Parts: sequence; structure tokens; C-alpha cells
Amino acid sequence: MTRWLSRAYLASVYLLLYLPIVVLVVFSFNDSRTGYAWGGLSLRWYQSLFNNHAMVQAMWNSLWLALSAATVSTLIGALTALALHRYRFRGKKVLNGMLFVVMMSPEIVLAISLLALFLLVGIQLGYVSLLLAHVTFCLPFVVITVMARLSGFDERLPEAARDLGASDFTMTRTVLIPVIMPALMAGWLLGFTLSLDDVVVSTFVSGPSYEILPLRIYSMVRVGLKPEVNAVGTLLLVFSLVMLMLSQWILTRSKR
Amino acid sequence: MNKTLLSLHHLSKEFDGKTVLDSLDLEIYDGEFITLLGPSGCGKTTLLRLMAGFEQPDAGTITLSGVDLTHTPPERRPLNTVFQHYALFPHMSVFDNVAYGLKMEKRPKDEIRQRVREALAMVQLEDYANRRPHQLSGGQQQRVAIARAVVKRPKVLLLDEPLSALDYKLRRTMQVELKRLQRELGITFVFVTHDQEEALSMSDRVVVLKDGRIQQLGTPREVYERPANLFTARFVGETNFFPGTVTAVGENELRVDVLGLARTLRKPTFAVAEGQRLHVLLRPEDIRVLDPADADGLPGKIVERNYKGSTLDSVIHLADGTEVLASEFFDEDDPAFDYRLGEPVKVSWVDGWEWLLPEEVDPTPAEDRTVEA
Amino acid sequence: MKPSPMQQPFRTAVLILVWGWLLFLVLAPNLLVVGASVMSRDPARFLSLPLNLDAYRQLLDPLYLEVFLHSLYMAVMTTLACLLVGYPFAWALSRVGKQRQVLLVFLLIVPFWTNSLVRTYALKLILATNGLLNNALLALGWIDEPMKLLYTEGAVIIGLVYLLLPFMILPLYSVFDDLREELLMASHDLGAGRWATFAHVIVPLTLPGVLAGVMLVLLPAMGLFFVPDILGGSRNLLVGNVIKNQFLDARNWPFGAAASILLTLAMAFLLFAHKLSKRRLGEEGGA
Repeated sequence: MTRWLSRAYLASVYLLLYLPIVVLVVFSFNDSRTGYAWGGLSLRWYQSLFNNHAMVQAMWNSLWLALSAATVSTLIGALTALALHRYRFRGKKVLNGMLFVVMMSPEIVLAISLLALFLLVGIQLGYVSLLLAHVTFCLPFVVITVMARLSGFDERLPEAARDLGASDFTMTRTVLIPVIMPALMAGWLLGFTLSLDDVVVSTFVSGPSYEILPLRIYSMVRVGLKPEVNAVGTLLLVFSLVMLMLSQWILTRSKR
Repeated sequence: MNKTLLSLHHLSKEFDGKTVLDSLDLEIYDGEFITLLGPSGCGKTTLLRLMAGFEQPDAGTITLSGVDLTHTPPERRPLNTVFQHYALFPHMSVFDNVAYGLKMEKRPKDEIRQRVREALAMVQLEDYANRRPHQLSGGQQQRVAIARAVVKRPKVLLLDEPLSALDYKLRRTMQVELKRLQRELGITFVFVTHDQEEALSMSDRVVVLKDGRIQQLGTPREVYERPANLFTARFVGETNFFPGTVTAVGENELRVDVLGLARTLRKPTFAVAEGQRLHVLLRPEDIRVLDPADADGLPGKIVERNYKGSTLDSVIHLADGTEVLASEFFDEDDPAFDYRLGEPVKVSWVDGWEWLLPEEVDPTPAEDRTVEA
Repeated sequence: MKPSPMQQPFRTAVLILVWGWLLFLVLAPNLLVVGASVMSRDPARFLSLPLNLDAYRQLLDPLYLEVFLHSLYMAVMTTLACLLVGYPFAWALSRVGKQRQVLLVFLLIVPFWTNSLVRTYALKLILATNGLLNNALLALGWIDEPMKLLYTEGAVIIGLVYLLLPFMILPLYSVFDDLREELLMASHDLGAGRWATFAHVIVPLTLPGVLAGVMLVLLPAMGLFFVPDILGGSRNLLVGNVIKNQFLDARNWPFGAAASILLTLAMAFLLFAHKLSKRRLGEEGGA
């Protein structure tokens, strides 16, 4: 009885969590213009999406930004994780603490602090400011992913490599990097998705010279219901889902 | 003297169609230290959980001094458990852990303080009342778990492999400690273990379990020296099995042919007939290793010798390939003792030290012996 | 023998890069915000001297105080709703068979990877006056005319709960997953019934998860400005909306900075409470 009840409860919460997503996806294929009633199956919103030059440009901008932000944050994040894992240095706790604070603090706090910095230093709001901001909020997630991988690995492997004559750099390249490779890929995918989906930070640090997709969607949905949003939202959801599944696949495969 | 305290009657339990306990009967006496011994999956832990009330039997009854407890929830049974991994509440101090059960009984504060202090003194942890469980060593956590259970003055204390997480030396100490506690408190202890040495050294009675059935119930000495069947013989201690054939049946003795050796053995309690095949069991310490020139004994050669301090253990290969384990008390003045590897010897024993068992359809091959240390 | 920095160029380069990044893009900006909060408003150059506490005084302005309290109220309601739904959910989830649990946890992580803006918009399809919910209820005959669901306080709370529920469930699930069945058995064994066990064992042991969940829900629930933008209309603003307006529209940086420091302080307080509750369980090594 209790068992049955708890199953039913789990199922209904999942239903509520996924219902809006399902509705969105279904309505993206709705021919009706009003957006609320079903008017037959159609791909017209996808079509109008791709005929919209500004929209397509925003998509490319977003993709390029996510690609570069994920790559840079993976590079720096991996090096940070390696440094935290291997080296003893002063201020290690402070470094850890800063990463933790970045992850925990509300996005809006990070956003305004970066905006203040960019304006003060004179960095033009556009691709560069977006990239710096996105790398910063992706960084802790990459570090955590890589650290988790490093913590489960034999401490003696690097020592063995050094013992056999590898320099610190060679050892990192030939032993550590291959070990953390799955975590790097998973971290990259997570960074990519976080960057692609971000609204809060981007709202503050983007400029008119570089419009990205989430902000374009944001300006569309504030006013009312736009059927194109269903279509572009569905595309984004599917894209993120593929990324997530890829990342889970990489991580579970590497555990074996 | 042997007054029954806890009585288990026809207890059966299945999990997912697999029989774990099969119509089991057991009488537990007041004040005894009884051990449930068996390999993993034999049903000993399930039996303990049934007594504690964490599981309900599919059939059968549990009565305590005549009162039916079968469907009483654990919180209303006058039995307490010491869990395998102690199960100390990590968010409470040692004092609060021990006081928990008394608070549930809604005892006055003064009484709780008094009784907790006594219980902690009993396990020599008076000075640790304010520590948290994670600040204690494994042995100390173990003592807290015991104090927490006995402070409620249960009729029966159930102990679920309580020593399995401790290292060898600490285990020895805790065995003595538990024995002392049981004597002082006079509470009935039901102890679960898969370690036969532990079972033999601590218990008044041992219950050997396998596949949810009692294989043997008796004093440690009975179980060790007079195993009821092949399983018990194999599970409790090391044993050498020799095949024997009865050649003549006398009034009080038997003539038995053991691998070509004619011996006169004590007549067993089970019925025997001429020509019947049976097992001749000998514990390693009852085996004599003799000079090959000796007239009596089975020829073989030494393949392994292990010096164990007080004893010298040898493995001897007989001509037919049988392996014999011998454990002799070390005597450095005895020249005959000094066999080298590969040296031919003869293996024998003093008649009457053996134990006979009838042949049985043996479900467990010898290699499958699960003697977990 | 300790190698000098010159012998480990790699190590030195890594540390300089990492420290440089964090000092420039984390520490410096945050100090800037603290600095901005005590400076004066200047529409042209964002900030100017003299230093004063006007911005903090302005936080107590009845007009803004009301907005903040309303935002806090909505955030607290969101957190309570998440806790109420999430606590039994996490409990039930942790008691499901291990194999199925992997899939169910995966389904919880999905929202974390998908665009929250898009999902908030999807809610709008359901809650709108002529949206799915009203249409369904009308068709069932449960209501006679469409209810006004959108642009209400309730819609904002529903939106926040919908976005943040997984962030409450995941830490709760993690503590329930660690909760050993043996401890519950021990409690019963010592004479505690269901309620006593819940109050004395389950609640204290899951408290770190509750606090972590509260932290992960309460703070974003004050900051996610796009939720009221899409679902709430102009009367149901969050602290996040105020900060955004002050920075991007009103150009009152000191005030926006002060409001953001308010959020940071709330975070610090919650982090501290969380750490304390964990230490009580001895998970920090106790030292």
C-alpha cells in the first residue's frame, strides 16, 4: 500500500515536471496562429524561424560563444583541478572557496559584478565580455567534474611516471590527461550547455553588437506568446538533451 | 535451571520465493549465551531480525516467557539489538545515544542520567559521554552500541555479527569483554556470527544453521567433537575425512577398513551393518605423524610444513592422493618430529579419537566450504 | 629537497593563469560591487564620490522595502512548496530499486541542462487565460469562466517551484540515500515509534540536505528576474528585478550593488547554517 502510494507520488511529480516541456514540443508543430488551440500538424514555425535572418544570426552567435566558452573553461578548469589535486601552494583553500562561491552565489550577483568590472576596465560589451563571463560561471562545474575523476585514481601512477624519467610536464601529458579525458569531455559538454542556456548573466554583459539566442528569445517571450518560440525552444531542448545523454554516456562508459 | 525464555515455534520465512527459514524450532534458555553459527545466507541474520521484530515470519510464532510476540512491533519488544555496524546515531553524543531508549520510555531525567552513567561505566567509557560517535575508535563505538542496548535492561540481547568490523586483536578483547558482561548482567545473549572460532569460545550453546534449518544444536564441545553431520564437521574447524568400510560389527566396537588399514573403532550411535561405508573423521590435532618404518598407519609424504608457534601444521599427501592435515604440539626435544618436505611418513591416530558419520548424499562439495575468517 | 619555481615552469604557469583568472574575474568584480554600494549615484559615469551609505538607507525606503518583503515572501513560499513536495519525493526516490533510481535521477538532472527560460515560457502556454489548464477545466465543466492565472503572485510562485524543484530534491535525495536503514531499525529497537523516529532520527539526519536545498532554492527564487517578467506582470517583482532595473534602466549603481550585497549576505548566512548542521553530524572531521 505504502509502496504503491509512493510510486504514484513519484510518477505524478515527474508528470508535472515534464508536462510543460511536452506541451511546448507538441505546440511547436501546431499550425494554429493563436498558439492555444490545435490547428493541425505543421512545420511552418520552424520554417519561419530559419527565414528570420536575425534569428539565424543569433543562433550562430550563441553556438560560437558556447563553443569557445566551453573550450576555454575546460582548459582552465582542467588546469585548476590538476593544480588543486597535485600541488601544495599557499591560498589553496582560498582558491577552492572562490570557486565554491562562484557556484553558489546567485547568478545575478555574478552578473552585476562582471558588468561593473567590464565598464570600469573599458571592455566593450559584446563577444569578449560574454566569453569572459561565461567562462567564469562554467569554471567551477568543470573543476568539480575533473576533481571527481582525479579523486578516484591511483596516486602512485604519477609517481611511477616520474620514477621512470618523465618530467612534470611529460607526466601530465602522458598520464594525467588521458586519465581525466572523460571528465574533460563531460565538463566541456556541461559548459557548452550552461553557456547556451544562460539568460541572467548574458542580460547584463552583452551588447548590441553581438546578439545571442537566449536574449532574443527573452525579448520575444516578454511581450506575449510567439509560436516561433515553441519551435526554437524545442530545438534548444533537444540539443541540450543530446548533450546531456552524450555526457552521461561518456562518464558511465569510462567507469567500466 | 534451564528455563525456556524465548521460544521459536515452526518459524518460516521466504524472500522472493526463496526459503530462508524452514519451519524452525528453537528454545532459548534464560541467562544463556547462545550463538547462531552458519555461512552467509544460512538464515541466521533473518532469524535474529524476526526475534527483534524487523521482519514478520510467514508462519510460526515467537513467544517470550509464554507471551506471544510474533506481531509485536520492535519498539514494544523487551529485546534489544547490537547492530553489525553499530548503528550509532551520528548526530547525538555518546550520552544521548545511550539515553535514547530511556527517553523513549519517558523515564525521569535523574534516572536516565544515573542509568546512562552506569551503563557507560560498565563498558569503561565514563569519560567519553560528551564525544560524538565519529570521534571514537571502532572498539569504543562497539562498546557504546552495547551500552545503548543493555541500558534498557532487555530480557534478551541480540547481537548481529557485532565483532565483524574489528581487527583480530580487538576482536579477541571484545570477546572476553562480552563474555564478562553477559555473566555480570545475567541477560540472555543471542549472538550471530559466521566465525566458528568465535562461536566455540564464547557460547554456552551453538546453533549450526544451513539453508534455514538447524544442522546441530549443542555445547561447543559437542559441536566440535561430535558433529551431527558432514556439514557441521566441515564448517566447524578443520577436519580430515577418511573413507571407511565396516568389516565386522561387535558389541561395543566395529572393525573398519580405512584405505586398506584395519582398525577397531568405537561403535557409533547410528545403526551400522557389515559392508556399510562410512566416514571416519579426525581433527588435525588428533592425527599422529609417524616414521615410515612404523608398522601402523597410512603411507604418504610431507608436502607442506607450517610452524605456528605452539603447533606445527603439516599437509601430507597419501598414496591415493588424499590430503591429510596434521597439527602437532611442538616439542623440540623429539627427534622424530623433524620431518623435511618430501620425506615419506605414515599417518595414524589413536583408536577412539575418531568420530564416525554415515555416508550421506553430500550437497556441498568439499571445495565449497565457506569458512570465512 | 623542494624544487624552486624555475625548475617547475609548468606548475608556475598553471598557478599564475588560475590565480589571475579568479582574481581578475571573481575577486576584483566583487570588491567593485562592495565599493559601488558605498559610492554616490552618477547617471553619466555610473559612480562618483563622496562615499556614503545612502544606498543602504534607500533599501529601507518603504517603497522598496515592500518590494523586497514581497519578493522574500514569494521566495519563502516557493522554498516551502519545494520542501513540501521534495521531501517525501526524495524519500520515496531513495527507496526505489537501485537500477530504476539511476534513470529517475537522470530525469531529475535533465531540467538542469535545459533552458529555464524556455521552460518558463512553456508554463505560460498552460497557465494563460485561454491556455491549456483553463480550457481543460472548462471542458470538464469544473469552472464556468476562465480563471486569471497568469500575471499573478501564484503564477510566479508556480514558475519558481517548477524551475527550482530539482535543486531541492537532489540534495535531499543525497541525504536520504545516505540514511542507513540500520539507524531507523536501531531507533525502533530502542522503543521509538514512527513519529519519534521521524522527529529524533530522520529529521536531524536529513537537515543538511534540507538546508542545502533551501539555499539552492531560496536565493535563485529572489534572483530569477525573468520569471516575473514572463509570468508575473509588473506587480510581482523579485529582488533580481530591482537589481536589474537599477543597473540597466535607472542607472543607480550604488542601490543595485547594495541590493546585490543583501543577496550575498543571505547566501553567506545560509552557507554558515549548512556548515553548522553538517558539523553537528561530524562530517567535517569534527576537528
